[in-house]
Amino acid sequence: MAKLDNQTVLQHLQTRFTDHIQQVSEPYGLLTIETDTTHILEVLEFLKTDNNLLFGYLTDITAVHYPELEKEFAVVYHVHSLVNNIRIRIKVFLDGNYPAIPTATVLWNGANWMERETYDFYGIQFVGHPDLRRILNVDDMEVFPMRKEYPLEDPNKVDKKDYFFGR
Amino acid sequence: MSDSISKITPNKLVYTDNDPQDELFTLNLGPTHPATHGVFQNVLQVDGERIVSGVSTIGYIHRAFEKIAEHRPYYQITPLTDRLNYCSSPINNMGWHMTVEKLLDIELPKRVQYMRVIVMELSRIADHIICNGILGVDTGAFSGFLYVMQEREFIYEIFEEICGARLTTNIGRIGGFERDFNETAFAKIREFLKRFPPVLKEFEELFNRNRIFIERTADVAAVDAETALNYSWSGPILRATGVDYDVRVNEPYSSYEEFEFDIPVGTKGDVYDRFLVRNNEMWESLKIIEQALDKIEKEPKGIFHADVPAFYLPPKEQVYNNMEALIYHFKIVMGEIDTPKTEVYHCVEGGNGELGFYLISDGGRSPYRLHFRRPSFINYQMYAPMSSGMLLSDAIINMSSLNVIAGELDA
Repeated sequence: MAKLDNQTVLQHLQTRFTDHIQQVSEPYGLLTIETDTTHILEVLEFLKTDNNLLFGYLTDITAVHYPELEKEFAVVYHVHSLVNNIRIRIKVFLDGNYPAIPTATVLWNGANWMERETYDFYGIQFVGHPDLRRILNVDDMEVFPMRKEYPLEDPNKVDKKDYFFGR
Repeated sequence: MSDSISKITPNKLVYTDNDPQDELFTLNLGPTHPATHGVFQNVLQVDGERIVSGVSTIGYIHRAFEKIAEHRPYYQITPLTDRLNYCSSPINNMGWHMTVEKLLDIELPKRVQYMRVIVMELSRIADHIICNGILGVDTGAFSGFLYVMQEREFIYEIFEEICGARLTTNIGRIGGFERDFNETAFAKIREFLKRFPPVLKEFEELFNRNRIFIERTADVAAVDAETALNYSWSGPILRATGVDYDVRVNEPYSSYEEFEFDIPVGTKGDVYDRFLVRNNEMWESLKIIEQALDKIEKEPKGIFHADVPAFYLPPKEQVYNNMEALIYHFKIVMGEIDTPKTEVYHCVEGGNGELGFYLISDGGRSPYRLHFRRPSFINYQMYAPMSSGMLLSDAIINMSSLNVIAGELDA
């Protein structure tokens, strides 16, 4: 099999999904694309099952919070094709009021805890997840602590304020 | 059931058909069970000694590293990574340094890369020694553990010589090492290469063909490659199922592509295969260290960091006497230096598998977002499902062979 490169992967994706693949970039050689909640499962399934691509290994699922954006949350998938030794990063931006996205557990069992962790820290609802509970934090926690609005330390402490350090 | 109990007279206790003999029993294994080597809780439903189902509860030592990391400058995140997989902290440290170096586009001198390879392979050996030693203990063979533990101690002495710390090493800096390996360190590494092979050989002789050990471990918790990949397993336990995925070969970092070594793989993915894979990996690590020492000989002496004054803290003597060094020291400590606004994923082959760092930089001194892809966390999620149908004692050695480290599990 000819060696797969980012351009070929992108071509395959674009012929299949046309303009649902957006914001293509390649930071440090890792192909990064963006899609939307309605297409994410199809994209993942296509990547996993297409005979030319075979991205069969889910490396990681996580989320990022951008409070200043209109769509506040980004869910980030890292998928790896062990056969072709190439990785891809897929991002989906979600609305801040009710961040929800279909679960990837239908494709990979390994997505279960990754999604639970993402839910635990960002409150992202993975629709269809078999067991969406908190995983690392206590069950009766009411906030989603990795969101940017929650400070790391007691905000009333003054000993580490930036202006003492000229920042 | 209450009817049948009431029918039994106190002085004539007999079992009836309705007795709770066939009822399932709920067993709370952990969070601090001595056989689980860490803070793991598994609520198991058992039928006698056989596990019917189980639920894992994790997070007992969750320390919010990802949140803390968003508020720390890059060089202060290294001590956090120490505490992920604390059996092989140097791999975590170097993985983190390499992530930042990838972000900043820093190319290290070859000698530094080989020095890193030595440290990482030593810690891989230390990690595997623990796992396989403990596996022996859990199957009832204590002596093997004591033999190899002494060698782990020796590895820690080498770390002590290199960076001053033993367990949570905080070894190296972004851009290289804080100081050169001294002569004692090199001498100790060479001594280790001489003294470890006979010990490892003895250890293997104790276990590899030991009938009790084989019967205890072979065919226990066998996992096929497809399931392992579906659960995103990585590291020695994935290789034990027959998949030759090793980050050192697939995406070589720190000049691993220049080294000659094999990837040991298993066939059945059971506890015995995992044991053998780890043992063989220690032999491969020894080979790599030997080659790295030879390569260092050929490099110019005394280079132990890249020439990146904007990110590598200058030596203290220079800070006091040299204007330029003082400026850079101030800039680094105060975080006045811009970083590219981008994102980077870098992974290394940790003791337990693919240890990934997903770093998003907003141009500031600390990450906008840092996510650790922790192999223990991802490997462990199969533990409860795969335990059903297993004997309790098998589930215990299964956990030891997964080598789940609580620090890495909970971050």
